[in-house]
Amino acid sequence: MPDRPLFLERASFHRRRLGDAARVLPVLTMLLLLVPVWWMPGSLSYAGGAVWLFGLWAVLIVVIRALHRALLRAEAATMRAEAPPGDPDAL
Amino acid sequence: MQLDILMIEDEPNIAEAVRFILSREGWQVDLHADGAGGIEAIMAARPRLVILDLMLPNRSGTEILNDLRAADDADLAATPVLMLTARGQARDDGARADAVLAKPFDNQELRATVRRMLA
Amino acid sequence: MPFEALVGACLAYVALMFGVAYAADRAAARGHVRWLDHPLVYTLSLSVYCSAWTFYGAVGYASRSGLEFATIYLGPTLVFTGAWWGLRRLVRVARMHHVTSVADLISARFGKSNRLAAIVTLIAVIASTPYIALQLQSVRLSFEIFATDAPNGADAGAMGGTALWVAAGLALFTILFGTRNLAADERHHGVVTAIALEAVVKLLAFVALGVFVVWGLADGPGDMLARIARTAADPAVAEGWLLKPDRWTALILVSAAAILTLPRMFQVMVVEAADEERLHVAGWAFPAYLFIMSLFVLPIAVMGRELLPAGSDPDLYVLTLPAAAGQDMLALLVFLGGFSAATSMVVMCAIAVATMVSNHWLVPAWLALRRIPAPDETDDLRGFVLNARRVAILAVVAAGWVYHQASGGTAALAAMGLVAFTGMAQVLPAMLGGLLWRGANRKGAYAGIGTGSVLWMALIFLPSVGVGGDLPVPPGVDPWTAAVALSLTLNTLAFVGVSIFGFPDPVERLQGLSFVSAVEPIRHSRMLRADDRAEPLLAMARRVWGPDAALRYFQAEARAQGKTGYLPDLTPRFLTRLERRLAGSIGSATAHAMIDRVAGGVALTVADLLQVADEAQRAKEETQRLEAAQAELTRTARQLRQANDKLTALSVQKDAFLGQISHELRTPMTSVRAFSEILKDPDLTVEERGKFAGIIHDEAGRLTRLLDDLLDLSVLESGRAQLTISVANLHDLITRALAAASATRPERGFLIDRDLPSEHLGLITDADRLLQVLINVISNARKYCDAAHPVLILRVRHPEGGGAVIDIVDNGSGIDSGRQQLIFEKFARLNDPARAGGAGLGLAICREIMLTLGGDISYLPGQGGAAFRIQLPARPPVPSG
Repeated sequence: MPDRPLFLERASFHRRRLGDAARVLPVLTMLLLLVPVWWMPGSLSYAGGAVWLFGLWAVLIVVIRALHRALLRAEAATMRAEAPPGDPDAL
Repeated sequence: MQLDILMIEDEPNIAEAVRFILSREGWQVDLHADGAGGIEAIMAARPRLVILDLMLPNRSGTEILNDLRAADDADLAATPVLMLTARGQARDDGARADAVLAKPFDNQELRATVRRMLA
Repeated sequence: MPFEALVGACLAYVALMFGVAYAADRAAARGHVRWLDHPLVYTLSLSVYCSAWTFYGAVGYASRSGLEFATIYLGPTLVFTGAWWGLRRLVRVARMHHVTSVADLISARFGKSNRLAAIVTLIAVIASTPYIALQLQSVRLSFEIFATDAPNGADAGAMGGTALWVAAGLALFTILFGTRNLAADERHHGVVTAIALEAVVKLLAFVALGVFVVWGLADGPGDMLARIARTAADPAVAEGWLLKPDRWTALILVSAAAILTLPRMFQVMVVEAADEERLHVAGWAFPAYLFIMSLFVLPIAVMGRELLPAGSDPDLYVLTLPAAAGQDMLALLVFLGGFSAATSMVVMCAIAVATMVSNHWLVPAWLALRRIPAPDETDDLRGFVLNARRVAILAVVAAGWVYHQASGGTAALAAMGLVAFTGMAQVLPAMLGGLLWRGANRKGAYAGIGTGSVLWMALIFLPSVGVGGDLPVPPGVDPWTAAVALSLTLNTLAFVGVSIFGFPDPVERLQGLSFVSAVEPIRHSRMLRADDRAEPLLAMARRVWGPDAALRYFQAEARAQGKTGYLPDLTPRFLTRLERRLAGSIGSATAHAMIDRVAGGVALTVADLLQVADEAQRAKEETQRLEAAQAELTRTARQLRQANDKLTALSVQKDAFLGQISHELRTPMTSVRAFSEILKDPDLTVEERGKFAGIIHDEAGRLTRLLDDLLDLSVLESGRAQLTISVANLHDLITRALAAASATRPERGFLIDRDLPSEHLGLITDADRLLQVLINVISNARKYCDAAHPVLILRVRHPEGGGAVIDIVDNGSGIDSGRQQLIFEKFARLNDPARAGGAGLGLAICREIMLTLGGDISYLPGQGGAAFRIQLPARPPVPSG
């Protein structure tokens, strides 16, 4: 749509993709927590397992925090840009 | 012996004055002080004349007059009615009455009106 | 550690908690909620998830089963990775419907069915009782650890009573701070702040111990890992520590369900949340809290195993380890940490479960027992609800204590944490289904929750208390995992299956739409077009919220509609909002039933439903601006209509004004004229002369009073009244007014109900004018109150910013809502059959006086009789010019 400035589309697009990421994250987390234990429970039960588990956990916390901050920023940006509601995903 | 006059009036002092004036002429005057029960009082006493105040608590003089005129008993329905009104411009309120007297009234006028109506 | 010192430390700690809770409640009452509403406080309050079971039990769990202990904290972490789109949505929908508990959420979603809520409450009670017992036991055990170490020996009787004292103290705390108010949007700032502080104590204690273990006892993280590996080399340990994938999966899922459905978690996460914004921070901060709490569990378990004598209870390593190392202060800190973990869980759980018990068991039962809804019910429902909650709190804590005493054994209770988790998890399919799937319906919820909870009872709860055996399963399959999988699977299947074949009723479809699409619900019932229902509704709200809160709410709603006074129009929008506010206090099912009963709603039909669904769809698509413009238009229209109504009524009055003046003047004049003429008669007796002269005198006085009133009114109306400002004691004024007014109908024996202490108040005002108003209002009450045993209630309140509010209420039949607007107009009693001799100028004069004094006088509807409120400012306005 040529009559609208490009950054509007970008802000909205960006926010939508971040929203998708927020939806995928729990599924991804579940896979990361369950698959390794089903696959090789023996090598994840002891000291090595503790390193894997707490490492994964710490990364998750950082990822949630980064995602939430990005989402808040993106929401603020779209709000400022007053993107029209119902803007189609297609870009 | 038939009652001469039944008066329906809620202001005790006015009622007292009217009764005093008319008793001195030899008529017997009974009093009912409320709009409610007014028509029943008339039916019970069957007076020769009803003096009706326009503004009464619970049921107005106009309503009582309408009740009386709608009574099944033709004699009762034809009872002469003298309406007293304190509302200067509302004389038509007493349209179905046989006579209307505005407050404050002249005592002589009251006597004359009643005498004429009872004649 | 001497026993006395320990008790002293506990008491000091408890005193601190009371102080913090009290300060937070006071701050909230003054409106200082900024820091109370901080996302950090919210995050910390979520840590009520980490009960004593975590604090002591996690290390024991880890020493038996290795990393499996972490599942209990990974489940919530998994849920919080979905905080942005999942939890925010849950909180938003729950706030929208003013949901008070997890049972209320289910009930509201599935057609406001109280029976469903009562079933969920039953599960919660069964699951919570042993869980609370577990907390009491942990406190008792930790006391015993220290007492056996006590050099001077502790008194055995005091030990046995520990659990009782703790239970009693917690019940007291919960009742004090958990049942202070019953306002809609109910939140417990005091309790939540105290819980947040306890979360800090817990965390500090555990981290301090962990740091001591890793860097004090072991030689840093590298050494710690080596020790873990060495311990795991023992084949007996390795066998227990080996992760079982099926258990791993089931435990993560069950603890993920628990964070959503445990009563206390729902309370802190959803009910106490002001809005969904705080999840932006809690989304990562709460997993971080759990991470830190879990980080040192395995090291502590390993070091305890290495250093403590064989046969020590691993569940108490956190206490015995620092004590054995001679770290008394650290041990005390850990002890307090465990104590706070136990207390915060019991307090929050008691509040949550007691709310469910009172809202879904006691209040509906009470309302059902009192079947006849007398229109002028004045009983104090609010007091009943609060008392019901207090009783429920006592009962919940007492049940925990009784269970603790009866079971006694350590082993019997240790498993109770997981038992509670799996019990509440049975609610999850209905909860998630209700939020995500419009097809979910009440019958499905009954089937799912019923199936799940029966299986849970038979396969998990009863075996845990020693009744019946484990599920017979093929070798190699974990019986607990099988029981969880079976109950949750059949639960879900029953829920989905029955929902598919069932057909929801209209109320339920409406609620379903609102929950699944997160749009504002609309209450739709074709109200009898009767404005006089607003007053009974106000009377009902008063019973729930108390008089002030109810009046304030109705006034605000009326103002939002552009109306003055206290009675808003009964628009669907207003009824919806009122119902949801009430639901915040007494649960959605009861609120719905009460409003229906008072407002006389008509049952919903499918045609109505389609119309509403249509409206909801349109409303969703409308832009904010359009909505605002429309609201503005509606408001203006309503204002105009109200102004027009008033003008019409006024013009009728104006027409009648001259007639009325004429009547009021002519009536005394008639007597004067007639009797003065009679007096001319020479034949009168002396008595007659005296009597008639007296009548003339009286009637002349009446004329004078009428003229005075008219003059007074015209002076006041024109704003030329001279005020004589002085300082006066309100108490004296009221006493004088009562004395002066007692001349009106002196034969009526009024019972006067005053609150003397509040009346002593210095006022800067025109005392004579105020007295005139008081006398007038009180005389009116004496004249018109038609109760057989008349009572006059006078109440004085001192609003912020000075001045006074005086409420004068009688117990008669009051004034019809249609006439409440008119009584302050001149000659308002025109056409009033009950007019009793006065000219009808009294209240008009009162209003003019109060406006001149800078205050107001208004009629308060819904007080059970005629009620007038006189408002005075701190000082009268400075006359302009």
